[in-house]
Amino acid sequence: MSEILWQVLQHVQGYIYPNEVEVNWSVLIALYPYITGLVAGAFIVASLERIFKVEAVKPTYRLALLTALAFLLCAPLPLVAHLGHPERALEIMMTPHLSSAMAGFGFVYAWYLMAVLLIELYFDYRKDIVMWSQEVGGIKGFIYKILTLGDYNISDEAVKADNKIVNIVTVIGLPSAAFLHGYVGFIFGSVKANHWWSSPLMPIIFLFSAMVSGIALVLLIYIVSSYIRGVELDRACTDTLANYLLYSYLLDLSLEFMELAHLFYTQEEGIDAIRVLITDKLFWTFIVIQVFLGTLVPIFLLIIARTGIFKFNVRKWIYIFVTTLTLIGVFAMRWNVVIGGQLISKTYLGYTTYIMPLFGPESLSLALAIWILPFIILAVLIKLLPPWEHPHEWEKTEAE
Amino acid sequence: MVSRRKFLAIIAAVAGFASFKRKVAAQEPVEGYDWNKHKYAFVVDTTRCIGCGRCVRACKIENEVPMKPFYFRTWVERWVWLKDEEGPKVDSPNGGFDGFPPTYDERMISKSYYVPKLCNHCDRPPCVQVCPVGATYKTKDGVVLVDEKYCIGCRYCIQACPYGARYLYPADGPRETRRNTADKCTWCYHRITRGYKPACVEVCPVGARKFGDLMDPEDEVRKIIEERRVQVLKPDMGTLPQVYYIELDSEVR
Repeated sequence: MSEILWQVLQHVQGYIYPNEVEVNWSVLIALYPYITGLVAGAFIVASLERIFKVEAVKPTYRLALLTALAFLLCAPLPLVAHLGHPERALEIMMTPHLSSAMAGFGFVYAWYLMAVLLIELYFDYRKDIVMWSQEVGGIKGFIYKILTLGDYNISDEAVKADNKIVNIVTVIGLPSAAFLHGYVGFIFGSVKANHWWSSPLMPIIFLFSAMVSGIALVLLIYIVSSYIRGVELDRACTDTLANYLLYSYLLDLSLEFMELAHLFYTQEEGIDAIRVLITDKLFWTFIVIQVFLGTLVPIFLLIIARTGIFKFNVRKWIYIFVTTLTLIGVFAMRWNVVIGGQLISKTYLGYTTYIMPLFGPESLSLALAIWILPFIILAVLIKLLPPWEHPHEWEKTEAE
Repeated sequence: MVSRRKFLAIIAAVAGFASFKRKVAAQEPVEGYDWNKHKYAFVVDTTRCIGCGRCVRACKIENEVPMKPFYFRTWVERWVWLKDEEGPKVDSPNGGFDGFPPTYDERMISKSYYVPKLCNHCDRPPCVQVCPVGATYKTKDGVVLVDEKYCIGCRYCIQACPYGARYLYPADGPRETRRNTADKCTWCYHRITRGYKPACVEVCPVGARKFGDLMDPEDEVRKIIEERRVQVLKPDMGTLPQVYYIELDSEVR
């Protein structure tokens, strides 16, 4: 790290406190809110069907839940990898300091994983798991037997009870998902020492950008997985998800605009430094990638797609393009908040530079590895718990 | 004004640097020390500091702070106001460790001063609030410390400190137990609990740094805070710093 700091020192501009040469929260910490945002967003997609009864997006219900689980399992990885003493990571949960927003992570995470996502998945899949445990042999069958947790009762009453539990858990889960990501925004928003972060709007902005990224991810995975399976896309489902992506985008854009407008209107101390940060230091990642390519272009394309002037076959490609841009744009947003906030000195008189190492701890390669891992976990989960082969039991129950 | 500073700097360099050998090995506070009977504060007199950098060097030696130019428990800033220019020029080459080169044409200087900086040992410290494991804590005598055996190296405290007083002790730093943990000024806790002054105060040749006990009615620092006009850094942050500055320019932050 020291070698990089020598390089960084050559690029420091203006006056910064001498300890500010090093950007302490690296690419991994930009990845962390990105991944938790995808979890929250994917869960909200699942909730659309359960709570808000959006019939059209049912084909992605279980896929969204599995996506949320795959990413949630990886959410702590960038944090732990970033710690100076990862072997002490569990202290956050064993001896938490309750005034710390970060200490809440362990509990919010555990609550969301154990009390929301796993319970919802278990009861949603329980009948299928019981059936698979009786149909399938070998290691896979053994895994299903374990997953039944010893309960083989799949009578109508039992399945109805399962559905009730899933409905209740979803209702609890929606605010939990919002809390999971809102609190990540709070970690940044509550740092009063940093004007680029310090804003009560931060948790809400994080939440809405999480919805944007989560919907985009589920939509993209749905399109790609359908292509891999050789199955026709459900048009209503695809278009509806794209519509929800557009609505979330509009809300997200409005919030981010308000945040910036507030910064520039109030003209508080440090505004000149922030102006330079946006127009110079973060020009490519903020103006070009986040705002233009990651927000305005997708919104424009989604509006065009919504007018219906293109056939579905063309719309499909627009959606693929839009969701990819969205995923890049939302990561750029996390980058601009996390890295951008550390480029600007707390003196407001200067800037440091972030040089990302390609290999080693807190490097690009490690960040990529952690980013790819949820997709591998998702592939395994889909293999084990196919989200599309059985009709949803809760749909049947409600139809009756 | 400047020539006086230069003169003092030369005196300081000749007379002082070699004499600084009274290093007290950093260790736990002495037995029998009662932290309920003390409440410490620090005073910086910006009218006196000559920017010699002895305090920075003393601190690095005393506290095993890595000698690289990105790790400081204390540093000195030079604030220079040039004629016909808006805003100050600020620099702190290597934290002032080697003193300050004569960068500016003296005829163009409208006013200039040096500002020593260190951890403010705030009464309401944001670093303590955000530490997820309680590794950084405030003692009863008013000192903010880091438990290096407990710190997980998350760096949240570094982000929360408005004064840039903290850094992550590097993996190749000389003190093995402190590696990859947050580090900062402790007001030389190992010294003050034995009745010594912090190393930077001890070596300051002009008395620009003063350290004292607010519970002692006869203490110089207490009297200064009570009787003179003093200011703290970034008071708007609401952190209630316990490092008080005499004649601080409002622009300094």
